[in-house]
Amino acid sequence: MTTLPLSVRIGIVCVATAAIAALAAFGDQTMLRFASRIAIMGLAAVAVDVVLGYAGLVSLGHAAFFGLGAYVTGALALMGHTEGLIVWPIAVGTAALAALIIGALALRTSGVYFIMITLAFAQMFYYGANAVPGLGGADGFRLPSRSTLGGLPLDNPRAFFVLSAFILVAVLLFARRASFAAFGYALQAARDDDVRSAASGIENYRLRLAAFAISGAIAGLAGVLSANLTLYIAPSSVLSWHLSAELLVMVILGMAGTLYGAVVGAAIFLALVEVISHYTDFWAMYVGIAVIARVLLIRDGLLVTLRRLVTA
Amino acid sequence: MSIAFLAEQSFNALQLGLMLFLMAVGVTLAFGTMRLINLAHGSFFMLAAYFYAWIIAQTESGIVAWVGALGALAILAIAIERLIIRPLYLRDHLEQVLATFGLILVFNDLVMMIWGRDPVYVPLPDILSGHVMLGDIAYPTYRLVITAVAVVIGIAIWYLIACTRTGGLIRASADNRAVVQALGANVDRLGAVVFALVAVLAGIAGIMTAPLIAVTSGMGDSVLIQSLVVVIIGGLGSIAGALVGAILVAFVEVFGRTYLPMALGNTTGFALANMAIYLLMAVTLVWRPFGIFGKPR
Repeated sequence: MTTLPLSVRIGIVCVATAAIAALAAFGDQTMLRFASRIAIMGLAAVAVDVVLGYAGLVSLGHAAFFGLGAYVTGALALMGHTEGLIVWPIAVGTAALAALIIGALALRTSGVYFIMITLAFAQMFYYGANAVPGLGGADGFRLPSRSTLGGLPLDNPRAFFVLSAFILVAVLLFARRASFAAFGYALQAARDDDVRSAASGIENYRLRLAAFAISGAIAGLAGVLSANLTLYIAPSSVLSWHLSAELLVMVILGMAGTLYGAVVGAAIFLALVEVISHYTDFWAMYVGIAVIARVLLIRDGLLVTLRRLVTA
Repeated sequence: MSIAFLAEQSFNALQLGLMLFLMAVGVTLAFGTMRLINLAHGSFFMLAAYFYAWIIAQTESGIVAWVGALGALAILAIAIERLIIRPLYLRDHLEQVLATFGLILVFNDLVMMIWGRDPVYVPLPDILSGHVMLGDIAYPTYRLVITAVAVVIGIAIWYLIACTRTGGLIRASADNRAVVQALGANVDRLGAVVFALVAVLAGIAGIMTAPLIAVTSGMGDSVLIQSLVVVIIGGLGSIAGALVGAILVAFVEVFGRTYLPMALGNTTGFALANMAIYLLMAVTLVWRPFGIFGKPR
């Protein structure tokens, strides 16, 4: 894999920082809301990229962890618990636990089986949420209020965007650091050749399970933020398998295995949907066409193509 | 709980199981022959139902609608195979997942653009709208007939796979596609044939189910996922697995919906009934990670 020249990388970081700062300073309500959505879906896409890019596993079930994060936040809010410092760790922990259990079963297989099993388990949560009493069933429910963080309210859209962006950057740095630690290298070794990695003493299964649980936790955190942004939760919005597939699309639109590519992909995807849905109700069809075109025509991600132009 | 009620539930489960088998056998054959994971399989189920509903509304002839819907579906499937699926055979599963997910988005919106957002209702054929007395139970004739049709088609599939040259090629390429190609068989054409065949099977299931439920955009999604569960339980690539898995899933689904709410109270019962087939899948995976008839790959 080629790496970008240092100057380009510094440039990208500067542009991203400037964009976040400019949005935080001058963005209006609509822009801040849209930017927060990009940060949140970007976070979820990073979660997918952790398993896809570094462990080489195609998970079609990350909506389960996203939805669990959202549902736990919402259910606790209905009971009157809104302190984020207590609620958020519980929600993220639940998502991580679910990822641990699903991963323990799904990781005994690989390839197509893994895809189908993660999808099926996510569907279990979807149908389960449809039938849980008190949470609105298929219609979903409204959250009474946003979480507070250490007693501070998050109702200001500017503050909420800054928080979402901060969490996204923190998770990106954490995941990037982990990818250059022994853990990350071992994970990539297991992805590239699991027989050799096993022979050199790497426990592929436990390593992948750890990565899957971390990824589930990150997706759960994105779900927590999403519930706080929209203040509305329904199975079809946070647990649908279309969400899982869209997260994969986002990762692939950017570039798998780079982490930041997932965020770029999320931004491209959401911007595309925003623009197309301005003109037609049938935006999903055009997204579908775009996805098919991306797979058939541009074999690598948009960023790979761009990067090739920059480094060539 | 009377015996008659039990028997009626069993018939319903058998009928659902055979519908799921028609779907799941397609998933399993597409993977077995071409190493293809096709999420758009549910779209064929939906499209056939829409085609059938539209043609029968125009012509009021069931036979014309059957032939027209399945013919149109087969042509569409061959075109999709040639343009979109064939370039993906040798690519990784992720790209197959993404492209076929794209197809789902396209088809779900396309049927809404053409036929509107409201559910389309398909009338039962007059001769089949009554009931048949089976001992003490009055069982809907239509359900009985589609069960019989599904059994006949199931036997036809078995004959095709086990006793014909095409079936031999399908089984051979499930084991080793490269060797089959090296021996001079046209595996590309075989792929197209299998793809059209599984589309038609999904279409038959869709048309037969259409009068029992409303035809809506997205109706294929839930059927697709149920048939994936069937294949996970039965074992990917195994036709016997698809049959056993389909019957198991259908019985757990039908009896779960009836008895779990009775046994555990409505709230817990309904929630568990919704999740029952997935719990069955989880238990199967603990016992056999690659399904009952599956081989590790």
